[in-house]
Amino acid sequence: MERNLIAAGGPDTFVQLDDVSIAYGGEGGTLALTETSMTIREGEFIAVVGPSGCGKSSLLKLVSGLHPAFRGSVKVAGQEVTGPLKICGMAFQNSTLLPWRTTLDNVLLPLEIVEPHASRFGAHKSEYREQARAMLATVGLSGFEDKYPWQLSGGMQQRTSLCRALIHSPHMLLLDEPFGALDPFTREELWDVVQGLWLKSRPTVILVTHDLREAVYLADTVYIFSPRPGRILSRNEVDMPRPRRLKDAYTPHFIEMTQALREQIVSGTQA
Amino acid sequence: MSKVWLKRLLPWLIVLGSLVLWELLCVILQIEAFILPGPIDVAKALIKYPQAVFVNAMYTLFTTLTGFTMAVVFGLTLGLIVGASRTIYDGLYPIMIAFNSVPKVAIVPVLVIWFGVGVIPAIITAFAISFFPIVVNVATGLATIEPELLDVLRVLGARKRQILIKIGIPRAMPYFFASLKVAITLAFVGSVVAETVASNAGIGYLMIAASARFDVPLVFAGLVVIAAMGVILYEFFAFLERRVTFWAARDNGIVS
Repeated sequence: MERNLIAAGGPDTFVQLDDVSIAYGGEGGTLALTETSMTIREGEFIAVVGPSGCGKSSLLKLVSGLHPAFRGSVKVAGQEVTGPLKICGMAFQNSTLLPWRTTLDNVLLPLEIVEPHASRFGAHKSEYREQARAMLATVGLSGFEDKYPWQLSGGMQQRTSLCRALIHSPHMLLLDEPFGALDPFTREELWDVVQGLWLKSRPTVILVTHDLREAVYLADTVYIFSPRPGRILSRNEVDMPRPRRLKDAYTPHFIEMTQALREQIVSGTQA
Repeated sequence: MSKVWLKRLLPWLIVLGSLVLWELLCVILQIEAFILPGPIDVAKALIKYPQAVFVNAMYTLFTTLTGFTMAVVFGLTLGLIVGASRTIYDGLYPIMIAFNSVPKVAIVPVLVIWFGVGVIPAIITAFAISFFPIVVNVATGLATIEPELLDVLRVLGARKRQILIKIGIPRAMPYFFASLKVAITLAFVGSVVAETVASNAGIGYLMIAASARFDVPLVFAGLVVIAAMGVILYEFFAFLERRVTFWAARDNGIVS
């Protein structure tokens, strides 16, 4: 009953999963995700939290079209997903920047691939470079444009990676534990960077994370997944106004919310 | 003396030390020059026939570089093809291993039957012996790209050709340059081997001609010339490597 409710989908539905399973290794292989249904609104920021190996990253591969569904259907913007989409930006735990490109050239990479930018890239290079510079400036990386990624700190690399994920104004941003490898202070700084970037262009965001505070701080909706094979244990809306401030993360309400989610994960793991 | 200077001088000191040791052994053990000439005898031979050594060295350099250039073009192309497709990789690997296992000396007589005595057997041997490491390295460079790096481009809807150009080729460059350093020295082996069997010019031919006259110092002079050319070209490609793929060796102080 509840599953049907979640999967129903309204007019502003952007991503819709119906009874989706993902398996690695074909028939009889490992199930990473099973019978999952969810609906994500256009411009919604969702976070997916769960224990290791619950198929969180598989979900991103599924939605982006990088990995086919084993069962069930995935629709993005009303279209069945059959192959890699061209409307995504992606950032991972490792910044995956290209070491032979400067910071600026790394950010420009999507524009060399995605239309309509790719075909005008040569002729309008300076315009695009300005755009990338402006974007790097908004995440506090002015003056680092000509440095190579390996000359930057981990936090700076992740900022660059976020800029690269968003430079082509994708409709959907997929974040796979993008702050997992950072120290707590840098991580909280980057929460605000992400929130700022999201508020500016409002892409639909799927954030996969291990960090409940991160999920509650950033997302409109937090999904809790069960251990492998992953299923949705609960869907939780976060009723905090935007823009959220770091001090909000220390209010009793915020702490209560993370605490409640934490209990769901613990009980789900034991079950 | 500072550490930097020591580091620069060390190779020269070791070369000098080896030459001194070599000469001393020849003198102390009273080895005849037609068995093992000392470095001084070798140097004398070099001075005695400067014209012959120079002309033949240039000939060998020409055949080596021609064969090597073919190996670079062919090896890079094949390496990219093999590295880009798992199917082609699996399909071509056995025959490439088989080809590489054939001793290249053994094919020189066949080449002579086909092309006669002269430049072509030397060029082909240099090519055949040096292309394999290039293919394997370039293919490895492509095949070991981090899957996440590919995902970054795939979610943008990049085509295979775009992924190859934006990520595959630059990512394979450090592997390519590493293989060039191996390949250039192998190319010398190939051309000289062919010259000793089937040529009327080149350092290999010079050495065969000299040994027929028991001019062993001149034989060794030939070896020294080949070694020197090998070192120079190796250093040239090492220099190119540091220039082009400086990003792959971050801690060497080139960029900091």
